Amino acid sequence: MKKQKSLKARTRVVKTVIYIVCIFLSLLSIMPFYTMFINATRGTYEIQSNSISLIPSTYLISNWKVLINKNFNPAIGFMNSMIIAVGATVLSVYFSSLTAYGLVAYQWKWRQPFFTFIMAVLMIPTQLSIIGFFQFMYKLGLTNKYLPLIVPAAASPAMVFFMRQYLLATLSLDIVNSARIDGAGEIRTFNTIILPIMKPAVATQAIFAFVGSWNNLFTPLVLLTDRKKYTMPIMVNLLRGDIYRTEYGSVYLALSLTVLPLFIIYFILSRHIIGGVALGALKE
Amino acid sequence: MRKNGVSYAKWGYIFSIPFFVVFLVFSLYPIIYTAVIGFTDLQGAGRSSFSFLDKPFDNYRIILANASFLQAMKNTPIIWIAGFIPQILLALLLAAWFTSRRFKIHGQAAFKVLIYMPNIITAATIAFLFRNLFGYPKSPVNDLAMMLGIIDSPFYFWLSAWWSRGIISFIQFWMWYGNTMIVLIAGVLGIDPTLFDAAEIDGASSPQIFFRITLPSLRTILLYTLVTSLIGGLQLFDVPLLFNLGGPDQKTLTTSVFIYNQAFSGRYFYNRASAASMIMFLIIMVCSSILFYIMRDKDQAKLNHERRLERRLERKRRRATAKGVDA
Repeated sequence: MKKQKSLKARTRVVKTVIYIVCIFLSLLSIMPFYTMFINATRGTYEIQSNSISLIPSTYLISNWKVLINKNFNPAIGFMNSMIIAVGATVLSVYFSSLTAYGLVAYQWKWRQPFFTFIMAVLMIPTQLSIIGFFQFMYKLGLTNKYLPLIVPAAASPAMVFFMRQYLLATLSLDIVNSARIDGAGEIRTFNTIILPIMKPAVATQAIFAFVGSWNNLFTPLVLLTDRKKYTMPIMVNLLRGDIYRTEYGSVYLALSLTVLPLFIIYFILSRHIIGGVALGALKE
Repeated sequence: MRKNGVSYAKWGYIFSIPFFVVFLVFSLYPIIYTAVIGFTDLQGAGRSSFSFLDKPFDNYRIILANASFLQAMKNTPIIWIAGFIPQILLALLLAAWFTSRRFKIHGQAAFKVLIYMPNIITAATIAFLFRNLFGYPKSPVNDLAMMLGIIDSPFYFWLSAWWSRGIISFIQFWMWYGNTMIVLIAGVLGIDPTLFDAAEIDGASSPQIFFRITLPSLRTILLYTLVTSLIGGLQLFDVPLLFNLGGPDQKTLTTSVFIYNQAFSGRYFYNRASAASMIMFLIIMVCSSILFYIMRDKDQAKLNHERRLERRLERKRRRATAKGVDA
């Protein structure tokens, strides 16, 4: 009896420790971003006298004006990032689903070798082919164009793999066959029947594709030299310039604006996103 | 699949062609092209024509003797390992806590949302934010440390090699442990619950259950995490570039930042950057192949063993039924 009591007491102590650690880690996630958003509304003098504050101030508009005066236009970066991220997301989701469907629904001679090929290239460190990629695009006159940042997304091996696993678990070929009897073509069957079936997988993968494209710094940094074409992450790199050295509030505001869409997406869809990460783990 | 005399096989090819073509043009060709450039004299802004070197491995020789590259080769694994070890350990601990039957932690959904959050925020922004948070002389971290009485005067974090490395590793750890935790929780929930029931009935303690059942069951997921983290970690670019441009004194220079500087930061040594890329490519491929080999070997062996056992059982059963029919 006594032993059971002490075990219960120990469980309670450990549980308290767990909650303290979890709350600490949650604060650790929030604090840097909280400081960023708060300081985005504070004036440079305020930040210089005390850079920690829990309450927002009233300098948001003047910070914005400083950015605009220094030729830092977040609206342009936002539009550019949006075009690229949406384009890349649509292409990657559509063609990954199509390829996965081709791998699951049809019996063809090269099916297994093709799948093995996708598995083999799944983990190729693509960033290391940047020199060849840049030279190739330069020769084609495609630097400072969005095409090289969007079209490659149509070949996303990891997403094909995920979509294939999803289709294997959910697709029944009876549906396909009855569509055929109704006289639907293969492409129409895919667009009108299969894609809607894949909606949950498509939604999850679309979020990750969008976020991945939005966050990409490396390829745009190499390919885009025209200021008007800059994406949000490259604009972060601009903040390094001397003209921003003393503009603390404006720098925090600029940083906040580069990630604002991500925070909005995350707080609307966080459950789906976390579910997607978990699903990815199980689909190996 | 043949129905009513119509073969649908060609649609398998047709649906795979877009992927295949885009992959060949935008992934495979650039890799081969990079490898080729590594053996040429391609240097200089705006140049794209080249001729092959008389001594084909000259660029490799120059790169392997380059002090900055060697420094980057040292920094990159240090920064990766210093971030990865706490990442995997904390993720394991949290996964164990969140799936524990004994503790039954409430509010898990909220904790997961907050702990995972940094993972989807732009790495470039986070790196530059941390640069500002650790600024000198006025910055939130310096102010906080002085307020708490840890230091008397502001500390110049950017000038300290170990602090800069430490902060970059911390950013990597902080951005990724939530992701690893969620993956591991999914892995634990995928383990057959009867295994835990049996262990509990046998009177196993929580640590025993964790080390004897949970951990071995997670081996595949752990190795997968290790490989993807290795591939990402050895290509680390955004965070060191935006935190401190590889400084101070190149102590946070990673190989990817080095490659970028060689080719695009006013120097235009495309050939040497290609050679450095191929060296890294090779290192990453060899490391991940070794890890995959370790993983596949054991699983496959186990699978083969099970199959053999099954076949033997099957044979026995058949023999038994055959005898039954005879009798």
